[in-house]
Amino acid sequence: MGRFGTGQAVRRVEDVRLLTGRGRYTDDIAPAGQVMSCVLRSPHAHAEIRRVAIEAALAAPGVLGVFTAADLAAEGVNTVPTIYRPPNRDGSVMRVPPREALASIRVRHVGEPVAFVVAETLDQARDAAELIEIDWEPLPAIAEIADAVAPGAPAGWPEAPGNVCFDWETGDEAATDRAFTAAAKVVALDLVNNRLAPTPLEARGAIGEIDADGKLTLTTGSQGSHDLHGWLCEKVFRIPPERLRVVSPDVGGGFGMRLSLFPEHILVLFAARRLGRPVKWIADRSEAFLADTHGRDNLTHAEIALDGNGRFLAVRVAILANMGAYLSQFAAFVPTRAGASMHVGVYDIPAAYVRVKGVMTNTTPVDAYRGAGRPEAAYTLERLVDAAARALGLSPDEIRRRNFIPAARMPFATALGQTYDGGEFARVMAAAMARAGWSDFASRRTEAATRGRLRGIGMSTYIEVCGGGSGENAEIRFDAEGLATVLIGTQSTGQGHETAYAQIVAAEFGLGVERVRVMQGDTDLIARGNGTSGSRSLPIGGPALACAAEKTMSKARAMAAQALGALPGELTYAAGTFTVAGTNRFVTLGDLAREPGGLSGAGYWKPAAPTFPNGCHICEVEIDPETGETAILRYTVVDDFGVVMNPPLLAGQVYGGIAQGIGQALHERVVYDRQSAQLLSGTLLDYALPRASDLPAFDFATENVPCASNPMGVKGAGEAGAIGACPAVINALLDALAPVGVRHIDMPATPMRVWRAIRDAKGNSQ
Amino acid sequence: MRITLSVNGREVVAEVEPRTLLVTLLRERLALTGTHVGCDTGQCGACTVHLDGRAVKSCMVLAAQADGRHVTTVEGLADGDTLHPMQEAFREHHALQCGFCTPGMVMAALDLGAEASDSRAVRDGLDGNLCRCTGYHGIVEAVMAARSRADAPL
Repeated sequence: MGRFGTGQAVRRVEDVRLLTGRGRYTDDIAPAGQVMSCVLRSPHAHAEIRRVAIEAALAAPGVLGVFTAADLAAEGVNTVPTIYRPPNRDGSVMRVPPREALASIRVRHVGEPVAFVVAETLDQARDAAELIEIDWEPLPAIAEIADAVAPGAPAGWPEAPGNVCFDWETGDEAATDRAFTAAAKVVALDLVNNRLAPTPLEARGAIGEIDADGKLTLTTGSQGSHDLHGWLCEKVFRIPPERLRVVSPDVGGGFGMRLSLFPEHILVLFAARRLGRPVKWIADRSEAFLADTHGRDNLTHAEIALDGNGRFLAVRVAILANMGAYLSQFAAFVPTRAGASMHVGVYDIPAAYVRVKGVMTNTTPVDAYRGAGRPEAAYTLERLVDAAARALGLSPDEIRRRNFIPAARMPFATALGQTYDGGEFARVMAAAMARAGWSDFASRRTEAATRGRLRGIGMSTYIEVCGGGSGENAEIRFDAEGLATVLIGTQSTGQGHETAYAQIVAAEFGLGVERVRVMQGDTDLIARGNGTSGSRSLPIGGPALACAAEKTMSKARAMAAQALGALPGELTYAAGTFTVAGTNRFVTLGDLAREPGGLSGAGYWKPAAPTFPNGCHICEVEIDPETGETAILRYTVVDDFGVVMNPPLLAGQVYGGIAQGIGQALHERVVYDRQSAQLLSGTLLDYALPRASDLPAFDFATENVPCASNPMGVKGAGEAGAIGACPAVINALLDALAPVGVRHIDMPATPMRVWRAIRDAKGNSQ
Repeated sequence: MRITLSVNGREVVAEVEPRTLLVTLLRERLALTGTHVGCDTGQCGACTVHLDGRAVKSCMVLAAQADGRHVTTVEGLADGDTLHPMQEAFREHHALQCGFCTPGMVMAALDLGAEASDSRAVRDGLDGNLCRCTGYHGIVEAVMAARSRADAPL
């Protein structure tokens, strides 16, 4: 065991509860007197609302309330806030199209909430919703980026002229242009980063309650109850913070989507306040596809400039990022501040420039999805690198080796403003190539050809930025039995925080992890918190908790010395007990906790810099040219995550991230009808989540360089798998297809697309 | 209509509507909330339980169809504090993260036929159950490990 309890394969303390059916997710909670609700949603992608008639619904059996925009307005309930607004390149401030929790006069995407029906039972609420009559005036709709920015496109947002809501840039445009002018070779690509549905297996839900004093409680699976609490109090309801409690119980997956404040959070609280009853709303899966935030959805034009020796001189990237019909809280952050700086990756690239335009369409709003901007950047850059290698006749590993930032130049300031604290990229790639059998791949390709299969191998060498930004608080309280309770404002959605945090406290106090209980997700119990996003919980929450543990320990030692009438230096400590050395006089942590004031301690950690996990993914595929089907036969990843807390938990994060990356690369795509902007991939029958048979076993190893910017040496690991996977898979696929003349394919590379690409390359399209 | 069934070894008599789903009976009437609902099209498998020993998706079975039959849910697997070997294997091999698909995944894994003797067959056999967290890596390892035990139920 390392300092802070690192390096231990501790089995998860969460698992017995979750394996025996004793998890408590939002829908498992049923407050006394609970009533049910449903949201009436727009069937149109763009329409005016002429009239809403709710009388018949109000009179339906069991109905307690039918609420529309007028009800929210009458009580001064504000719109759903947009938090991040990027500055425009001309210095102007972005204008935000307002997003009502219930649409009043116009809807802008299919599934936008229009009315909220509350009844004694769900069936009654649904029956009543069908009795609501709305006079619609349908308007022209825009589903796709290209159509939104085309000349003469219908204008749907007064705040976004030309349907562009912001125009942001980073890097040195002039220096980049000069480098391109002087380049020996320029390679360019146009890429689609496909729209995805995050789809945690637990659909969203929310319960609103009001107590006898009028205090509201929102129970909802989230990635951070404090952000929701702050936005609801300050921006939506404008109530003092003590008038609302937000609770997140067990959460069935988040992947970025559960960071957001959604209209339904507002609606259950509003209805609970009006009706004085607990109001529950649970999305069904079809509703989730319409109403959960989506991820990705970029059109990218990218260029790389090279000298005559295959050295990179500059990168220039122009991104059109689909925001959807409204700006969810961090939608505009994702393609700009979250990801754009990573377009130079692990390479020494002297000049770079990235320009991002936010585009409005009549589609569900987008927001963070695992990696949030960094997968898009890694995909763009790693596709460019492979395309450049092919153009220059270099192997994928050779062009990378020529351009890696050498370890000797760390810390390294990139052309896009990040400073990498460390990283040994050549070593990581070499380790991955050795594990993946890169050197004898040719024989496998030859063998596959004898079976009529196209075999390919591809890699990505990614780096990402995470675990930076806001600080985190942590508190530890001991009880009379000597059990520790951790209070911390991050939020597990499956990562295993209860175990990882317990390891830190258990190590400091020499206790078993079962003696440590971790509390998250309750704004009444936990004063402050910044939630879980950007792989921040261990890199920021971990040092905060370690700080709290050290403070609590030194306080305990001082208290023990006082209690035992000894000097602190005379005490020995083991497994929860202080003993005066050489005597049988002792005091336990439980004893100290019973003293006035108790035994507790708090810690805080704000990183001065983010962490930069990096690694090499190598994917090996085989394609059946007759069907276009791609099988992933081997998948190897070697990562640098710094110091490792719990190896199996780390591996689980990597495996799950890879699966989501493979999903994006080969299977998943949210599809809207181009004319009507109706959602066509609206169920799990139509939207292809990866299944067990779609995926291989993964070979994962680490080549770790401890992080220099936090005391534990850890780097964030929650998103890395999803960042490295897409380019590795598509580069492998293009390697397989190169012999038949295919040079480009977009994600998801479905069998149909692969088959068509092969047919088109043969020049016999019909 | 009145139905009588055995749930985790206990006799249950319930008055249900003809349209009531088995999963609704389990979750809302019997408070057995370990069985989850993850979709509305029978795709995700989170609601998988055993009906007379065979895995079924309880969102695709009417409560009335369970009349006179034996239902086992994830709550019925452990023996007191001793986890069922399949549950234990899931724990040992880090086969769960958020835990939402887990009850259905465990119930489905317990009904894989004897032909699921290698990891490829296990993957094919679990195709009716979706997991968004784990990439299935630990799940397949856990199922293989549980099935290799001498006392493993097939």
